[in-house]
Amino acid sequence: MSGYIEAQLIILCLSVIYAYAIFLPAASGQLNLGAAGFITLGAYTSGWLNASDGLGLPMALGIVLSMLFVGAIGFAISLPILRTRGVYMVLATFAFAEVVSGIAINMEFLGGAAGMPVDAHAPVEIVVAVAIAVVLFCFYFMSTRLGLALRSIHDDESVALLFGVNVRTARVVAFTVGGMLAGLGGAIYGHHYNYVEAQTFNVLLSIYILLYVLLGGTQTAWGPLVGAAFFTVLPEIFRQLAISMGSDWLADSRFIFFGMFIVLMMVVRPEGVVTRTMQDRCAGYLSGRRARAAAAGE
Amino acid sequence: MLLLQQLINGLMLGGLYVMVAVAFTLIIGMLNFLNFTIPALFMFAAMMMWATMTGNLPFGNDFLFAIFGEHNIWIAGAIVSIVSICLVSLIIERFTYRYMKAKYGDATEHALPLVSSLGFLIIFEHLVIGQWGSDPLQIESPFGDATFTIGTLIFSYPQVISLALSLAIVFLLSHVIRHTKLGRALRSIAERPDTATLMGVDVLRIVPVVYVITGLLCAISGILFTINYTSIDAYIGDTVATVAIAGMVLGGLGNVWGAVVGGLFVGILEVFSIYIVGADFVKVPIWGLLLLILVFKPTGLFGHTAIGKGKF
Repeated sequence: MSGYIEAQLIILCLSVIYAYAIFLPAASGQLNLGAAGFITLGAYTSGWLNASDGLGLPMALGIVLSMLFVGAIGFAISLPILRTRGVYMVLATFAFAEVVSGIAINMEFLGGAAGMPVDAHAPVEIVVAVAIAVVLFCFYFMSTRLGLALRSIHDDESVALLFGVNVRTARVVAFTVGGMLAGLGGAIYGHHYNYVEAQTFNVLLSIYILLYVLLGGTQTAWGPLVGAAFFTVLPEIFRQLAISMGSDWLADSRFIFFGMFIVLMMVVRPEGVVTRTMQDRCAGYLSGRRARAAAAGE
Repeated sequence: MLLLQQLINGLMLGGLYVMVAVAFTLIIGMLNFLNFTIPALFMFAAMMMWATMTGNLPFGNDFLFAIFGEHNIWIAGAIVSIVSICLVSLIIERFTYRYMKAKYGDATEHALPLVSSLGFLIIFEHLVIGQWGSDPLQIESPFGDATFTIGTLIFSYPQVISLALSLAIVFLLSHVIRHTKLGRALRSIAERPDTATLMGVDVLRIVPVVYVITGLLCAISGILFTINYTSIDAYIGDTVATVAIAGMVLGGLGNVWGAVVGGLFVGILEVFSIYIVGADFVKVPIWGLLLLILVFKPTGLFGHTAIGKGKF
């Protein structure tokens, strides 16, 4: 595997993990613009647990503990944050991310604004394995009773409440598990690049992750996978094409096209690329083909 | 005395935040969504000002310099910047508000205009970076170091003028909203767009007006920022707008005078935090305060309870 493709694969895997972290709350209709905050927490915690002047724990243990820590923080802030709704929730999660990055920059033992080197290295195989595990976990999660509850809250909160779904619990769980996944993504990021800097986890990162999820679609578990893959792979292919055509201007302007695509997408397909209807239709088509094949075989 | 001087600096900085905060609050109050094109508009206005003053526009530089001359080129900058922002605001309106009709009415669908506005933010930032790069850009202040002193306190003319101007604009705006026919139409749209349409308000003609007003607020504030602080870059909108959002939340969403008080307050808070604990620490008090307000008193100091509930 060439270095370039490997680097792109890592970016794709990290984007997928981040996207699923934001997808879980979004599947119950809550927009979390604070992904960067959870990622910062995860990256710094696992880095510090692993560092020789920190606790010096082995990498795997450090990652698990940092996930638990970020999950605990997510649980603690989910209780007050879930009191807010709509635009207030977007603002509150955003404020949370800003507070976390402000604190991380000012912690001297975490390296402050200069960033923190991380000792143990996670090779590309681990990153890919973790990303696949996260995807499988989220597909499973959305197929459980709780996942069904999240879907019902997403579609209509009042009706879900009437049918006896415990809306508050479901939302707290979704938000907490989402926070844990973001923390996991941050920890993997830190261990792969062996360096963490709070400034890289900025508002723009939170915005991009939320966009992956909303453009991919929040109705099915396929959404974030498609969204993250689409928006990390496509601009790169576009850039390569533009370079091979010898146009630097086109290569540099891929984000302009990305922005235009987002705007147009909201006009023509506001519910995201993958919808439940589409999933059903694909499934119907596949099973239809199988039936036809069986009929032809007889 | 030194503290009083810091207070004055904070007020001057707050004056710029006020206009951006009012722009945010207008869109949230009237159209019920968080408009992320505002940072882009602010940055774009500042960039157009810089480009005109330093002769870096893609075309028409010689023409503008021939008409306005070296000394008055800042007037040309202001005109170019305001005109371009008005045009851009109208384009943005087409693609955000027009299409916010919900198809199924599920929970994340209301985020639609928010997502489109994020798309526009990405477009404008990369347009500017593609044209002029992402490094900080400098201008020479057209007014030099024009200052006056009262006692030992130093006031700079452009800053005092910009504070006065921003308060005057907000005063005018609040008069328009309260006492004119346009204002009544705006308030009816804020309450319920469908009913407003039934009552004969031409919503599709009034909404572009809201966008142009917010665009103008961003443009004026971006121009004044460029003149006062003389150094800008492609991410200046994000920096200013995040603080302005804090000011808006503090004052209460949808409340114009709340945004004024909040904007001035975060300006002062920022200057004092830099003075007392250093620039790196600014984020924590501002955003910590914001988080607490959002959780415990989401209506802010002067907000209405109805705004932003359950919608984006």
